[in-house]
Amino acid sequence: MIRIEDLHKSFNGNAVLKGVSFEIAKGEVIALIGGSGEGKSVLLKHIAGLMKPDKGRVLVDGNDIASSRGKYLNELRAKLGFLFQGGALFDSMTVFENVAFPLKEKTRSGKREIRDRVLKELSNVGLSGSEDRFPSQISGGMVKRAALARALVVDPEIMLFDEPTTGLDPLIGLSILRLISSIHRELGFTGVIVTHEVPRVFDIVDKVAFLREGKVFAYDEPEKFMASTKPEVKEFLAGSLGRPDPEGPAIFQPCAHPQIDFGH
Amino acid sequence: MDLIRKFGASVLVTVGRMGVMGLFLVKTVLYTVVPPVKIGRVIKQIHFIGFQSLVVILLTGCFSGMVLGFQGYYSLSRFGSDAFLGPMIGLSLIKELGPVLTALMVTGRAGSAITAEIGIMRISEQIDALELMGLNPYRYLVVPNFLAAMISLPLLTAIFDVVGIFGGYLIGVKLLGVGIGTYFGEMSSYVATKDILEGLYKSLSFGILINWVCCFKGYYTSIFTGFGAEGVSKATTQAVVLSSVLILVWDYFMTGLLY
Repeated sequence: MIRIEDLHKSFNGNAVLKGVSFEIAKGEVIALIGGSGEGKSVLLKHIAGLMKPDKGRVLVDGNDIASSRGKYLNELRAKLGFLFQGGALFDSMTVFENVAFPLKEKTRSGKREIRDRVLKELSNVGLSGSEDRFPSQISGGMVKRAALARALVVDPEIMLFDEPTTGLDPLIGLSILRLISSIHRELGFTGVIVTHEVPRVFDIVDKVAFLREGKVFAYDEPEKFMASTKPEVKEFLAGSLGRPDPEGPAIFQPCAHPQIDFGH
Repeated sequence: MDLIRKFGASVLVTVGRMGVMGLFLVKTVLYTVVPPVKIGRVIKQIHFIGFQSLVVILLTGCFSGMVLGFQGYYSLSRFGSDAFLGPMIGLSLIKELGPVLTALMVTGRAGSAITAEIGIMRISEQIDALELMGLNPYRYLVVPNFLAAMISLPLLTAIFDVVGIFGGYLIGVKLLGVGIGTYFGEMSSYVATKDILEGLYKSLSFGILINWVCCFKGYYTSIFTGFGAEGVSKATTQAVVLSSVLILVWDYFMTGLLY
């Protein structure tokens, strides 16, 4: 469904992506992980067509989104939903108006139909009762949920998540991951999650893409990725699990709560 | 050599940005003339740019007319020509001060707000969100302001002129003793339709200019003026300064063209 071919991107002479290539099958959800500044969000924005590569292709259902313009680009984007890191809610509109916005602008649905649809989506993300609040009046977790509802309200085939849990406390972050997992089970979209929530995100994804030095260094199922013997992967996982020495014991217990069965 | 290289690079950057700004205007005009136009947003922006600027225009117009009344009487009475106070105030306001001062007031009040609003939308990725919904940010953010400014500026200028003439009447007639018939009679003899049209052409072009600069600065906030709140602040300041300077420069060219 999504194929990245030899993607290169530089900013002011600084090469961020140096030949990224991988493929995501229809219905799969992958986690895009890596150190800070490795280009995870840049790669995500290329998939969304918000950035143009210096070299390479981004194929969505066989069509190169990077070279598409106008009507063709909009047709490709109609399949996409994007959850921005900060939510990107329109701050002069209420939560209801934000979620209704794509339906009002992109469909011919009537007022009642839009209202029913919006209330259903808000209920799915646990925001019933918050319809009339403005983004500045709700918490960070609620902003992310409202942004998720807005992205999902048009039934996208592909969902892109840019650090959906960043800035949220661990419990709220976990609830967001659970929400993504349950909605994926219901809708079956193809998904890419850029995240630092390692290893918690491994419970809800089919594959893990590890970006390092501008390329996909490893691309595997979570269990194989965790069992990798490559020093770079072990070092990254050690940092994520709180082990300064990759072979040593963890400083903290990463799973102080019981493991959540997401039903995969 | 390094200094020459840096100077050359900065010239290239400036020329590049001017090109981007030019293309921005071309796209704005294109999306204005090619439907659909978001009429609801246009009306909302007319309310913001036009109606909500009324108080400042009324105050500025009135006091500008009153100052012209004093200064005009002082200058004209030296030559025994105080009977021409009416035409002097009328022509000054209608041809020059009305359009320019109205444009400067609207730049400070509405132009800066437009830049800040669009700039904040840029840095918080709301414009990216619009694009990802397959919607054209120009049609939502720029074109409504463009049309609203083109409609509001001439109307506000007309109000400014009327209030200014009344302000001049208060000082010239009521305070300094110029005859009311002289004040308005001479004004109607010397102010022609051509003069009124000149003022309106200027105000229309100033509306286009204000919107072009202020929307451009907001739209390209994180690209040309830096990120975060500081980027928005810089964009807003640059928008007001550039708009104000361009209004005065363009006023000179318009005056020469219409002379």
